Amino acid sequence: MPLPIGDILGILTDNIRLRGSVLPLPKRLISAWADGLGIKEGGETIIYTGHMYQLIPSIKIMAEKMAGLENSILTRYFWMGRIANKAVNLITFMGSPSPEEQARYNNYLRNIAMLLKEAEVDFGCLFERELYTGALIFDQGIDHVFEMHARKVYRLLKENKVRRVITVDPHTTNMLRTIYPKFIKGYDLEVASYLEVLCEQDTDARNPLDADLVIHDSCVYARHEGVTKEPRLLLKKTGARLHEPELSERLTHCCGGPIESLFPGKAHEIARKRLGQLAECGNKITTMCPICLVNLQGAAAKADVDLKVTDISEYLAKAYCAHV
Amino acid sequence: MQRLDIKFSKEIGSYDKFNAAQCFNCGTCTALCPMGINILPRILFRYVLMGMKDKLMENKDAIYSCLLCRMCEDNCPEGVRIAENIRVLRRYIGRHVYGL
Repeated sequence: MPLPIGDILGILTDNIRLRGSVLPLPKRLISAWADGLGIKEGGETIIYTGHMYQLIPSIKIMAEKMAGLENSILTRYFWMGRIANKAVNLITFMGSPSPEEQARYNNYLRNIAMLLKEAEVDFGCLFERELYTGALIFDQGIDHVFEMHARKVYRLLKENKVRRVITVDPHTTNMLRTIYPKFIKGYDLEVASYLEVLCEQDTDARNPLDADLVIHDSCVYARHEGVTKEPRLLLKKTGARLHEPELSERLTHCCGGPIESLFPGKAHEIARKRLGQLAECGNKITTMCPICLVNLQGAAAKADVDLKVTDISEYLAKAYCAHV
Repeated sequence: MQRLDIKFSKEIGSYDKFNAAQCFNCGTCTALCPMGINILPRILFRYVLMGMKDKLMENKDAIYSCLLCRMCEDNCPEGVRIAENIRVLRRYIGRHVYGL
């Protein structure tokens, strides 16, 4: 039996309503990435993670469980899970990611913060008070719950006198820059991706990269937000040689991630197909979205050839930061 | 025999973002869809426009399989807001079928 769409969406929606996120994480996990970086609390300009990178290790665990359940008889009992989840956060019973795994994804956020510091951008952070943006339930059309949540996020930002938000991933950028204004009258925050901010700052790379990199564009950055030239410009300044798959920039091919929670089998098939297109151009692939990263890494782990899929921040930090 | 539900068609059509009537069925979207599901999205839109609620409900999996990647929308010659239209269908199903 396929996974029950209604029950899964119900659990995700209940989590947003009751716990503020589709996959509620302990507060400490949300802000652990910033430890020791000396980022100030609040301010007019803040970096906003939207929990996306921090969520990836848990998303990986959940996706593995869901893939195991897909087409099993246990799907019949999901409705019981939804009822139980209202009282107890079931995510905590799915298993915790290893500290090394969590640190790996936190490190991408540390890279981004260090890049902004290196480019002399003055920014703060809301740390544990930060909220997930609600991107997943927006995609699923659960607009009344999404709107309520979006207002809560906006209220948080306004109460903290935030005027400019620097985002770290395409989904959070899309929500805060393009979608929220459609739901909230008078929305007045300035939102930019860190890739756009780094381009504006026009800093030069300190350490040249001798690498051949294949670029995978995120659908959301490329087609929803028009962010395509910035990652290329930043990587080119490092000296890296960039290779483009046939489907790139506005014609980029999806990684399969958006349907991972409902149709894991189909999602893996799309990721495998995309990875094949990228692998034709080289074996070092760089992504700019945590969802693309985890899906393509998953496909690469099953591939016959040695492929390395890495977040763009890793390369940028090596090239632009003095100490990484 | 197909039952046509005009009320259903009108309810979905009442969402201001739903502009599937602009589709002239060229098939660009179907050809470009990474999912390779023939019904995505233009046939689904026909079902809605014609009030074929039962046919739409038979294809819930296809509606939720859409990646919302906008490959189709970016190349649609008629400017159909395909991703938003799919979201409108999900909103309808979420409310009327799943009670969300």
